[in-house]
Amino acid sequence: MSMSNEEVEEFARKCRVEIVKMVYRAQAGHPGGSLSEIDLISALYATRMRVRPSEPKWEDRDRFILSKGHASPGMYAVLAEMGFITHTDLESYRVLGGVCQGHVDMKWCPGVDFSAGSLGMGLSFGMGCAVAAKLENSDRRVFVMIGDGEIQEGSIWEAAMAARHHELGNLKVILDRNRIQNDDFCEVQMRMFDIPAKWKAFGWTVKEIDGHNMNEISEGLDFLEQTNDGPAILIAHTIKGAGISYMENNPSFHGAAPNDEQYHQAMVELGEVEV
Amino acid sequence: MSRMAATRDGYGQALLDLASNPKVVVLEADLGKSTKSLHFRKQHPERTVSCGIGEQNMLLVGAGLASSGYIPFASTFAIFTERAFEQMRNGVARPNLAVHLCGSHGGTHTGTDGSSAQSIEDLAIFRTLPNVVVMHPCDDVSTRELTMQLPELGKPSYMRTARNKTPVMYDGKESEIKIGKGMVLREGNDAVIIACGVMVSESIKAANSLEEKGISVTVVDMHTLKPLDTDLIKSLVEKCGVVVTAEDHNVIGGLGGAVAEYLSSNCPVPLEMVGVKDRFGESGQSDEMLDLLEISSPFIEDAVNRAINRK
Repeated sequence: MSMSNEEVEEFARKCRVEIVKMVYRAQAGHPGGSLSEIDLISALYATRMRVRPSEPKWEDRDRFILSKGHASPGMYAVLAEMGFITHTDLESYRVLGGVCQGHVDMKWCPGVDFSAGSLGMGLSFGMGCAVAAKLENSDRRVFVMIGDGEIQEGSIWEAAMAARHHELGNLKVILDRNRIQNDDFCEVQMRMFDIPAKWKAFGWTVKEIDGHNMNEISEGLDFLEQTNDGPAILIAHTIKGAGISYMENNPSFHGAAPNDEQYHQAMVELGEVEV
Repeated sequence: MSRMAATRDGYGQALLDLASNPKVVVLEADLGKSTKSLHFRKQHPERTVSCGIGEQNMLLVGAGLASSGYIPFASTFAIFTERAFEQMRNGVARPNLAVHLCGSHGGTHTGTDGSSAQSIEDLAIFRTLPNVVVMHPCDDVSTRELTMQLPELGKPSYMRTARNKTPVMYDGKESEIKIGKGMVLREGNDAVIIACGVMVSESIKAANSLEEKGISVTVVDMHTLKPLDTDLIKSLVEKCGVVVTAEDHNVIGGLGGAVAEYLSSNCPVPLEMVGVKDRFGESGQSDEMLDLLEISSPFIEDAVNRAINRK
């Protein structure tokens, strides 16, 4: 799919609207991390992913692993925009029997390649997918999105070490560096110091961008696509809750739904409702 | 004297035999020499993924491979599989991805490495996971045969193997071994001993000794703990009236627990459970461990007598 940056921005805006609606309807869920990741996932799907929405299990599709699976509204919104699921399906978020389970689940939702929900697992799973692609001599790529709080999980570093050992150039990670985790700011919960240096020390190729600037996102995705001699990570500096003023940089909206008034304000800020 | 062999060798041989299937891949966490996946690695390095000493990563690399159409066999020590329990739960069992996990050196029988290496809870914890088949074969022949059947299973599995040699039970009887089907190795009418792993041969010993005292006992190798062969248990309960379970595992939640769950709801009869009595082991030889923990054949004999006295 080919889209201009302006078109991707509009794609992402529509996804933001759906994210807020999903969490508002369910009165539960994770808006903050969905809004921080959404420009990145939108651009990835709208401009890079080799997938077939009408054939979600196409063997040679690129894989996208949302390891920070609580930020599922972001992914569901993108899957709906892409046509994997319908916009009506989004109403099933957190509803009994719905394709949009609380955390993204490959057994429930077309277009989802990984059953998430427990942090630190998606990178290892993605590594398995990357090994499989190599075994088959397939040029499909595996994109994995992880959170910054998530890299406090030790198993992330087992996978980081192993992916470089196996020179998995088809494994491409995006780190959503939104600086907030469940209880508080990352800096309070667990200082992580020089994150790029950590990945470099594990042998990865690293690039940092502003995860809300479409020009930089495009350059960042170019970097991921062009780094094929070993695993690469794009560290995207983002704002938790980006796009909704009262959610931005607010740890309270990691896992909380807006009330009626806040919902209305969000729709105004996203240009859905005139003041 | 029957042939002696270690179940882990049966596992290693099966992986070699399975290599003709190009979808079979082997995952290692630095213990291939011990679990015996090394034979596959030597012949098929391109289909062997070293995960270093990182069991959590290994389980999920397996899940990713399984989701891409491969049939991954991952192995490490039984005790270290437990470190990746949540990966097995959330990343493998929940999406029902057919990753086959083998935990070798299970039980106190593993011996001198001491209690840190003697997994006595692996069967219990993996048995609690939906979709997961749990096995603990007793000899190299059945281990090989059960492993050979795994590619057709279509769901994840956990198999415990043992480090040390035990008597071979199945030479020439390979075709009778099926996942989920218990095997009657010895027939008698007064009691049934349901055993798994290294305790199968101990149970045969106990049954032979009891026979000299006029007590005839059926011995079942329940190599598959889940799904449990309840049809077989039901028929043997009707025939024998009392049950003894024998396992090199905590009495909580393993084979005895599985049998108790079935009996209590369906055909309550006297049950005596021989197993590790909720304690840890220590360094010692295999036979010393079985005696120390009161699970060797004389203790099985005692349990049979207690069960019969409760008739």
